[in-house]
Amino acid sequence: MTQRKKPLFLSWLQLRKERARLLVAIAGISFADVLMFLQMGFRGALFSSAVEFHHSLNGEIVMLSSRSRSLIALDRFTERRLYQAAGVTGVASVSPIYLNSLQWRNPENKEIWEIYAIGINPEHQVLNIPGVAANRARLREPDTVLFNLGSRREFGAIARRFQAGETIITEIDQRQIQVRGLFKLSPTFGINAYLVTSDVNFLRMATFRQGGLIDVGVIKLKPGADVQAVLAEMRSRLPNDVKVMTRDDYAKAEVAFWNASTPVGYTFDLGVVIAFIVGAVIVYQILYSDVTDHLPEYATLKAMGFRDRYLLIVVFQEALILAVLGFVPGTAIALGIYRITNLATMLPMAMDIGRIVFVLILTAIMSSLSAAIAVRKLQTADPADIF
Amino acid sequence: MSRLSEISPPETSIPAISIRQLNHYYGQGSLRKQVLFDINLDIEPSEIIILTGPSGSGKTTLLTLLGSLRSVQEGNLSILGQELLHATKEQMTLARRNIGFIFQAHNLLNFLTAYQNVEMALEIQEVTEAEADARIRAVLSAVGLKDRMDYYPSDLSGGQKQRVAIARALVSQPKIILADEPTAALDKKSGRDVVEMMEKLAREQGCTILLVTHDNRILDLADRILYMEDGYLVNRSDITATVQ
Repeated sequence: MTQRKKPLFLSWLQLRKERARLLVAIAGISFADVLMFLQMGFRGALFSSAVEFHHSLNGEIVMLSSRSRSLIALDRFTERRLYQAAGVTGVASVSPIYLNSLQWRNPENKEIWEIYAIGINPEHQVLNIPGVAANRARLREPDTVLFNLGSRREFGAIARRFQAGETIITEIDQRQIQVRGLFKLSPTFGINAYLVTSDVNFLRMATFRQGGLIDVGVIKLKPGADVQAVLAEMRSRLPNDVKVMTRDDYAKAEVAFWNASTPVGYTFDLGVVIAFIVGAVIVYQILYSDVTDHLPEYATLKAMGFRDRYLLIVVFQEALILAVLGFVPGTAIALGIYRITNLATMLPMAMDIGRIVFVLILTAIMSSLSAAIAVRKLQTADPADIF
Repeated sequence: MSRLSEISPPETSIPAISIRQLNHYYGQGSLRKQVLFDINLDIEPSEIIILTGPSGSGKTTLLTLLGSLRSVQEGNLSILGQELLHATKEQMTLARRNIGFIFQAHNLLNFLTAYQNVEMALEIQEVTEAEADARIRAVLSAVGLKDRMDYYPSDLSGGQKQRVAIARALVSQPKIILADEPTAALDKKSGRDVVEMMEKLAREQGCTILLVTHDNRILDLADRILYMEDGYLVNRSDITATVQ
C-alpha cells in the first residue's frame, strides 16, 4: 500500500485519559528536575564564584607557596622568588599580591565581619576587574579601600550609600579607612565579601603581616612568549618552596580543592543522585500502576495480534512524554529559583545550555529506567486469560 | 491480503479450521490433568458453528487453542491451512491477525472512543487512511452506532459496548470469528440482536463463526451445533436437532 493509515498515538491517548495521574506524574518529574537543577546550580555557583578572582588576574603565570592549596588555605612566600622569576626570558612584569581576612566593622550597626582583603600595587593593572582598573589610582592615598559590589548585606548597605554619594568611613582591624570605589566580585562558599586596597594600605591594616612575604605572585609575559617554556625555565631556576602554574591551572586547582578536599562537591553530587532516584521512583510508580490498570486491555491487544514490542513501545513512549512534560515546568521553576537565590545570596547562579541538555538527558534516562522496570509487568498480560 | 492466504492453496479446497486428534493438558508432573480428549473437527469456510456444553467441559480451552492464544501440545490444528502445532510465538501472533475475537466482557480500551477502538484493529493491517475511515464508519453504522462513534466506552450501555467489540472484530474482515459467550452480559433482547448482527455481517463477508455459548435462545442461528462434555466432543441429537 502506498499511504498507510497514520498510527494511533496510543501512549498519549492513554496518558491523557487519566488527568489526575498525569498531573501527579508531571509534578513529580518537575520536582525531581528542580532538585537536580538546584544541586547543579549551587555546585556551579560554588565553582564559578570560587575562581572569579583567579580568572581576573592579569598575567599568564601565577606563583604560589608550594604549600598553598586554595584562597582559603594559603601560605606565604618571599617576594624575592617573584623577582627571581622576573629574570626569566619572556617575562614582561611581575606583581605581588597580599591576601588576608580582616575585620570589617559594619558602619551601620558596628558589627564585626570577616572580609577578604586583596592588597595590590596600585601602579600595576594586577586585577582585570573594571571597578578596580578604574579606581586603583585612588588607592595611592593612605587608608583607602575599594568595596565589593556583590557583598552580602551583613556588611552594611555600602554600595548603595556610596553610589548615592555618601562618604563611607569605617574601621578595618581598628584602623579608620575610607571607601573610595566599588568593584564586582561574587561571594563564594568560603568568602563573604572582598575588598581591594594597595599593598601599603594592606600592611597598615594587617599589622600582623610582614612586608615582603606575599601570598600570590602574578607574572605577565611578553607578547608571543611560550608559556610552557617560561614555566619550565622558572621551575628549573626556583627552589621548591614556591610553585608556578598557568592561570587556568591555578583556577583548576581551586576547583579541585573544593571538589576533593571539602565535602561541598560531594554533597551536591549526592544531591543530584538522590533527586534522580526520587524522580525515577515517582515515574516507576506512575507507570507501574498505569500498566497494571491496563493489563486486560494489553492482553486484548495481544489477542488481536499486536506484538509484545508494540506494547513495550507504548510504555516507553509514555515514559518519554512524561519526561518532556515534567521537564518544561521543572526548568521554568528552576530558573525562577536561580534568580531568587541569586538575589538572596549574591551567588552567581547561572543556567547554561549544557546543564539544560544534561538534565533533559538525565530525565529521559530516569523515565526510561523506570519504564524498563515497569514493563516487566507486561509479561503477565496473557492473551489466553481474557476469555 | 493476509500473508497466510498467499501461501495457502485455493480456499475452497481447505477447511477454515481443521483439528485432528487434539489433546490438551493443564499442570505439570503429577498435577497434570487432561482437559481435551481426541478432538477431531472440520469447519468449512463461512459456516456458523455454536459450541455448547456445561461449564468446565473444555470449550474455552478449545477456543483459545483455535485462536492461537495457547500453544498446541498434542495433535494437529490448522487455521486457514496453517498448522499451529510447533508454531513460534511470532507465527502465533501473526495467525491471530486473521481472526476476529469477541469476548464475554467487551474488552474495549477504555481510553479510546468507539471509533478509535475499531481503528485499533486496523493498526496491524495494511490499509490507507481513507479506506480505514470508510471501513470504520461503515461497520459502526452497521452495528447501529453511527451516532456514538466519539463516545468513550464508559458512556455506552452494555449492549452498545458489545456492538463496538463486534465492529472491532469485523472491521479487519477476518476469515474466522471466535466468540466466547458474547451475550452473557446482555439481556435477552439485546443478546439476540447482537448475535443476529454478527451473523448478518459475517454472512456478508463470508466468514466462519465459532461461537461458544450457554444461551439456548440463539441456538437456532447456527448451521451446526457442537456439544462438549468432559473434554470430549459428543453427539447429542436432542440439541443438534434445534438447527433446522
